[in-house]
Amino acid sequence: KSTNFYKHMDSDKMVKLTLKRLSAEDEYPDLSQHNNYMAKVLTQDMYKKLRERATPSGFTIDGVIQTGVDNPGHPFIMTVGCVAGDEETYEVFKDLLDPVIEDRHGGYKPTDKHKTDLNSGNLKGGDDLDPNYVLSSRVRTGRSIRGFSLPPHCSRGERRAVEKLSIEALASLSGDLKGKYYALKNMTDAEQQQLIDDHFLFDKPVSPLLLASGMARDWPDARGIWHNDNKTFLVWVNEEDHLRVISMQKGGNMKEVFTRFCTGLTKIESLFKERSHEFMWNEHLGYVLTCPSNLGTGLRAGVHVKLPNLSKNTKFEEVLKKLRLQKRGTGGVDTAAVGGVFDISNADRLGFSEVELVQMVVDGVKLLVDMEKRLEKGQSIDDLMPAQK
Amino acid sequence: MASSFSRILSSKRHIGILTLVGGSVTAGFLLHREHVSAGVPVRRRYPASAEFPDLRKHNNCMASNLTPAIYAKLCDRATPNGFTLDEAIQTGVDNPGHPFIKTVGMVAGDEESYEVFADLLDPVIKERHNGYDPRVMKHPTDLDSSKIQSGHFDERYVLSSRVRTGRSIRGLSLPPACTRAERREVERVVVDALSGLKGDLTGKYYSLTQMTEKEQQQLIDDHFLFDKPVSPLLTCAGMARDWPDARGIWHNIEKTFLIWVNEEDHTRVISMEKGGNMKRVFERFCRGLKEVERLIQERGWEFMWNERLGYVLTCPSNLGTGLRAGVHVKLPLLSKDPRFSKILDNLRLQKRGTGGVDTAAVGGVFDISNLDRLGQSEVQLVQTVVDGVNYLIECEKRLERGQDIKVPPPINKFKV
Repeated sequence: KSTNFYKHMDSDKMVKLTLKRLSAEDEYPDLSQHNNYMAKVLTQDMYKKLRERATPSGFTIDGVIQTGVDNPGHPFIMTVGCVAGDEETYEVFKDLLDPVIEDRHGGYKPTDKHKTDLNSGNLKGGDDLDPNYVLSSRVRTGRSIRGFSLPPHCSRGERRAVEKLSIEALASLSGDLKGKYYALKNMTDAEQQQLIDDHFLFDKPVSPLLLASGMARDWPDARGIWHNDNKTFLVWVNEEDHLRVISMQKGGNMKEVFTRFCTGLTKIESLFKERSHEFMWNEHLGYVLTCPSNLGTGLRAGVHVKLPNLSKNTKFEEVLKKLRLQKRGTGGVDTAAVGGVFDISNADRLGFSEVELVQMVVDGVKLLVDMEKRLEKGQSIDDLMPAQK
Repeated sequence: MASSFSRILSSKRHIGILTLVGGSVTAGFLLHREHVSAGVPVRRRYPASAEFPDLRKHNNCMASNLTPAIYAKLCDRATPNGFTLDEAIQTGVDNPGHPFIKTVGMVAGDEESYEVFADLLDPVIKERHNGYDPRVMKHPTDLDSSKIQSGHFDERYVLSSRVRTGRSIRGLSLPPACTRAERREVERVVVDALSGLKGDLTGKYYSLTQMTEKEQQQLIDDHFLFDKPVSPLLTCAGMARDWPDARGIWHNIEKTFLIWVNEEDHTRVISMEKGGNMKRVFERFCRGLKEVERLIQERGWEFMWNERLGYVLTCPSNLGTGLRAGVHVKLPLLSKDPRFSKILDNLRLQKRGTGGVDTAAVGGVFDISNLDRLGQSEVQLVQTVVDGVNYLIECEKRLERGQDIKVPPPINKFKV
């Protein structure tokens, strides 16, 4: 009998055996109905070449593209259609990812260098956005811990190790950054309700874009939320990325939000370094995150701002484009604006530093509010039209 | 190392490129290390205890049987196709279950899963299939429909009759694990074989990627069309990847014999018709299955089957016969009798609403089918349904006449 056939494979000898029995032509996905960045770039020849490779932790091209194969996309919205399973993905599969990055990030070339600047002192102004219009200010980014696989690929052991390290590091924060961690699987009903009321709680992803990449496996194991006692600095653990870091407060003092953001991030980074860990970063891609759309700064700085008149003006879209800003509804991405209140944030992530992006938001929102005030008085905004940034 | 690989390769139909990934075996890696700082470890490996899933809130067969010791023993193994224990149990980890409904909580990625992970699958099978022990028992297969007695129901009560099962093509991975090429190969093999069916079994294949809107609407109206699975039990197992690539529906012209390709299993085979002629439905079922088997064997393929587990399918709950024989039957009085559930239990039957699993009965019409799948043959299970439904109709008639009914004694689960 064939009991030898199903031989026990010693983990010292191999982590995973991938037997590719059929040809690349047979395996190449049908992308004829697809409209995402991955589908635009991945030819059969490229697929054939990349399918012979894997990262050291065993991530393959099929893992990279599964979400883009399963989600053909939308005629108007161009999704990325691929994810990284670890830091090395961006190297091993650069034939696919470099052109995707170039297309998604406005022509960013494989030879370009990305500048990181988390010195909030370099931000000019930003502390005086009119609170009659700017209701709240927020800055978010993500960070990945070097040496661990990313959410699409990580094992339970790795995910738990990321959580453990993060809890230890965050527990050392002090002063206005002192806070508490709430593990998703251990929180009490009262804690859960409070986090929902504060708009802090994140749920198991429902978007097929995320589910198809494997990010929601083992939910809610090793997922949690940390926030400071003041509720102005918040960290999500093991949601779409290892860490998502958020600084926010009511009103228009973006400078204060950004200062706390930079201080907090820098402090967290040094706490990880004390424990012999560092963030994934390199001078070409900046901070490395799961989705190629979040490379570079991974930064979205935004405000909730009242623009009932401007938003109805025919020039609104053009102004946003020139200012390199994007609009969303107040529920976040893919929601509608309510009561003329919009979420306005930077459109770029890579190729500009953190300070540069927040500066664009600060200057841009200031101009939008000025335009709104003009339109309120029935005055023209033509002389305020900006040049393309 | 080379000898065990050549053994694996020689048993497969298609020989391709063998790639090792991970550990210190670096064949096939192209990593430019200048962008990664020196001294960065490759993927950390954790002891089994650090990887063991948290199953404290779980209620499924996998969670009931997976101990840390079994996990430690199996977690570094893989089938020749590379399917791992973590992949097999992922659906059960992601779906803790329901306090009242106990799901299986794991799947097979290929035929070999049932061997490589036997330490977990055998107790799961035993629990799910009423004590059937794959280590010592044998499963009987019997597709001789002539043996069925009294298989024509009173059509004032039975509105329709249906028999379904699944079949897997040996040598190709199952839906949780198959690559796009394997899935397309399954489609090719099956569609090619089905084109050889003749007589009342002559039919046509409708690929999900290529069907016209008109064809789609017709299939919906016939209640034949299946959709991309939405149940997280299925999506978490990876069965919906690459949808709708290589998925389709075949049916005969008379619309009494239907095959789903690459949904939850390689194939799901369904025979059905209006009315109460279960014998004829089963006769067509057996004839069609045997004919399809003959046609794939002509082309050098066979179904996954062994004498321990019978027909091998993706979900352990469908092993053995994979057979669900059922009717839509009007039982307005009996269904209100408090003894209804007990009667069904003793007859080894289950009830569902007329929309299928997890739906409600409408107008006193129930879907009644066999509970068991493994340990009894197809003929035995269909006879059980025939005898049971005839008994239920008798009860309904007695209640109509104001007479009392009796709860029948429990019948044997295993008839070997």
